[in-house]
Amino acid sequence: MSDWSELDTFLDTDPADVGCDEAMRILHVYVDLVAAGEDAAARYPGVASHLRQCGPCSEDFEGLLALVSDPPSAGLRDVLRRKLRGDR
Amino acid sequence: MAGATSEGGLDPESARWVERLSGSGRSRESCVRELHELLLRAARREVRRRSGTTPVGGRELDDVATQAANDATYAVLAKVGQFRGESRFTTWAYRFVVLEVSHKLGRHFWRQPRADLADEDWARLPDVLGAPPDHVVEVRELTRAVRRAVDDLTEVQRRVFEGAVLQGIPLDALAVRHDTTRNALYKALFDARRKIRAHLVANGYLGHEETEEVQGS
Repeated sequence: MSDWSELDTFLDTDPADVGCDEAMRILHVYVDLVAAGEDAAARYPGVASHLRQCGPCSEDFEGLLALVSDPPSAGLRDVLRRKLRGDR
Repeated sequence: MAGATSEGGLDPESARWVERLSGSGRSRESCVRELHELLLRAARREVRRRSGTTPVGGRELDDVATQAANDATYAVLAKVGQFRGESRFTTWAYRFVVLEVSHKLGRHFWRQPRADLADEDWARLPDVLGAPPDHVVEVRELTRAVRRAVDDLTEVQRRVFEGAVLQGIPLDALAVRHDTTRNALYKALFDARRKIRAHLVANGYLGHEETEEVQGS
């Protein structure tokens, strides 16, 4: 029998996998834990399992983590515009 | 954890957002503008991050960002009363942006479908399975075995497997085509993968130790 490790990975299914809806429902909580350096996977193993297997949800996780880790700051133009408008 | 917890109440910054958005008058209007600007910057950042993996580009990508920011702002305003401080407010708000960008790019897939999109393409399977190139005979046998397993799937499972695996269509785009949700398609694909594995194990293509966690569906 050959080494079909990628096939194994592709066909691997974890009964603990919570699915897309549940993973996306608490994605913000999970991401804040990861960003704070806490063990989010231990706290939410079913979400961690799902993110390992679901490409689209994993992409959403990466996107949210990127935004939280390096928040999009207001450009100089935005700041000036707000000041000119008298916003707080 | 950085940010707030539901037990300890909101962190100061999150509390400020919630208070101003739940208020009225000029303070709220100003806060809504601030929120929209924040979410627009987030949406632009997110579409840029995904620009290498989507056929959408140029001005259309900026339109996606604008629409995602608008819809995310409406969602946040509609649901701010449900925010319980389980995360920072901005993380919670960014989540709406990310999900909107995902969904909208899925819809745009069909406006510019890839030229190489065939009905189904079993030739893709060896690549998907990570088949070693020097195992031609085994790969051919394995492909036949997978085809037999796929024949035994339900119609929905087969459709999702063919679309997502053989055609390489993103799950969000498939969800748009079949007027369903990513979650529903993922569950169908999950069951398809489990059945295919069981079939391959039963026929000696995969080791038996992995079957212990396989349960019939």
